[in-house]
Amino acid sequence: MEMIIKGKAFVLGDNIDTDQIIPAEHLVYSLKDEEESKKYGQFALSGVPINRAGLPEGGISYINGENYLSEFTIIVGGANFGCGSSREHAPFALNKAGTQAIIAESYARIFYRNSVDGGFLIPLESSNNLTKEVKTGDELEINLENYTLKNNSSSKEYKLQELGSVLPIVEAGGIFEYARKNDMI
Amino acid sequence: MGMTITEKIFAKSSGNKLVTPGESVWLNVDTLMTHDVCGPPTIGIWKEQFGENAKIWDKDKLVIFPDHYIFTANKHANRNIDILRQFAEEYQIDNYYDVGTERYKGVCHIALAEEGYNVPGTVLIGTDSHTCTSGAFGMFSTGVGNTDAAFILGTGKIWEKVPESIKFTFNGELPKYLTAKDLILAILGDITTDGGTYRALEFDGEGVFSLEMNERMTLTNMAIEAGGMNGIIAADKITEEYVNSKGVYEYDIFRSDEDAKYHSKYTYDVSKLEPLVAKPHSPDNKDTVKNVEGTSLTKAYIGSCTGGKLTDFKFAAQIIFGNKVKVPTFVVPASTQIAKELEIETFNGISLRQIFADAGCEIAQSSCAACLGGPDDTVGRSVDHDVVISTTNRNFPGRMGSKKSEVYLASPLSVVASAITGVITDPRNFIQ
Repeated sequence: MEMIIKGKAFVLGDNIDTDQIIPAEHLVYSLKDEEESKKYGQFALSGVPINRAGLPEGGISYINGENYLSEFTIIVGGANFGCGSSREHAPFALNKAGTQAIIAESYARIFYRNSVDGGFLIPLESSNNLTKEVKTGDELEINLENYTLKNNSSSKEYKLQELGSVLPIVEAGGIFEYARKNDMI
Repeated sequence: MGMTITEKIFAKSSGNKLVTPGESVWLNVDTLMTHDVCGPPTIGIWKEQFGENAKIWDKDKLVIFPDHYIFTANKHANRNIDILRQFAEEYQIDNYYDVGTERYKGVCHIALAEEGYNVPGTVLIGTDSHTCTSGAFGMFSTGVGNTDAAFILGTGKIWEKVPESIKFTFNGELPKYLTAKDLILAILGDITTDGGTYRALEFDGEGVFSLEMNERMTLTNMAIEAGGMNGIIAADKITEEYVNSKGVYEYDIFRSDEDAKYHSKYTYDVSKLEPLVAKPHSPDNKDTVKNVEGTSLTKAYIGSCTGGKLTDFKFAAQIIFGNKVKVPTFVVPASTQIAKELEIETFNGISLRQIFADAGCEIAQSSCAACLGGPDDTVGRSVDHDVVISTTNRNFPGRMGSKKSEVYLASPLSVVASAITGVITDPRNFIQ
């Protein structure tokens, strides 16, 4: 597990559901085929109404055109991130686009599990809502050693919640790796 | 200290005498369910992780219902069905319900009940968030992603945090103009879309136990819309009669202890509730139908695991009988069994199917259909600036297709009352 995650922030609001993260019509592509699975990156966050994508101003696309890689490494969200459908294609899509971590006020259970157990993303919880503190494009730095977030664009620092009981799974890189390490499988 | 039903099932499944909310336990899974959207990637992860000689922990406990993208020309969607078919053949999965055969069922959560997979006191995990529906049968059921499902496929186990429970007690008798959908919309408005996160939603009271299984399933189905880990209703005589009729006789009935601890408790007098809607774009955006009456519509939709059950169509038929719809109205029976029942069940001597056809509804084949948008050629999918009133479960932006469309969630009574007038209409204009 990388202890420092650095990169540009993409800011979203509350209740970002998995239909917004990857609309249902795209759930048909292979997740295994290297080339075809890039579609998930290409359509990641394509369901977010454009005025609510890339806050505070909105109108910013997470992905440009046919590209499947996003310039945004860290997503900042509000409450109840990843609510709705159980589709693991959602954290997979964000991972495919190059996002490594999410910082949200809270998560929906299944999205949180999928992010951790699949080893796709590190879902971090902020102590308070950071969607008004961080602007899309800000340069962020997450330190998992001491659970802090530094906004290098505003020079402000914030405390993050510790990963707690899921830390061993995150460190292992997913539930299978964790189970293997502990001789469960 | 006492335990709730959910805690008792967790204790039994994890081999503990006592469990406490917050602790993580490994559950032994009794049934694993998957479908065409999440089945193929689950199988892919399972093979990758356990190798080419991967073994299914117990193939009789695996159930596969293709149901999401069935009647489409989309070649990628059809490839998913091919993958399931090949897998079922290779591993001799008896509980596979193939598309294009007599065995095809339709929406998994309803088929689970119809085919006798819902067993009180057991643990059912599915690769679909609405797996919580089965909790209506006094069992623990919840949704997971592909990786967790692949892990279960190989080991039969899943880690879960014991949830705190919230108790919702419905007192009184449900008036004729209300359905279980109104009750769950009331709860969602009160606790919001994350009020139940990591929690069990337990439904109790005479207002619940007077309901038949189909209606109870509407309550537990939308527990996930409050973020709930599961929804649960203690099994009673009605539950036993239902499961016995499916050949299920071995089960454990758990009830919450008097001194069980709850995160919180809510009480409702159902006789005082009004017909409700969830306005765009969130299931907790509650309002009374009365307050939004007159809103112009372009479509109406009756279908899905939430609102496409026989009871939903019986409710709808009472109002639509002898009327014509003013906006395109889609009738999508959740399962092929319900589709058959629409031909058998009558109202005023006429089959429900005929009543909907005479009213000008489009009757579609059983599947998840437009509840979640789906491929471009999905029947009932919202386009452009559609304004839809629907018996389904979610009205997130773009959920039913177009990002520009607006979806109002409501009971089957409110949906047909509105379909007839073309604007959102209180069902009390038709039924007292």
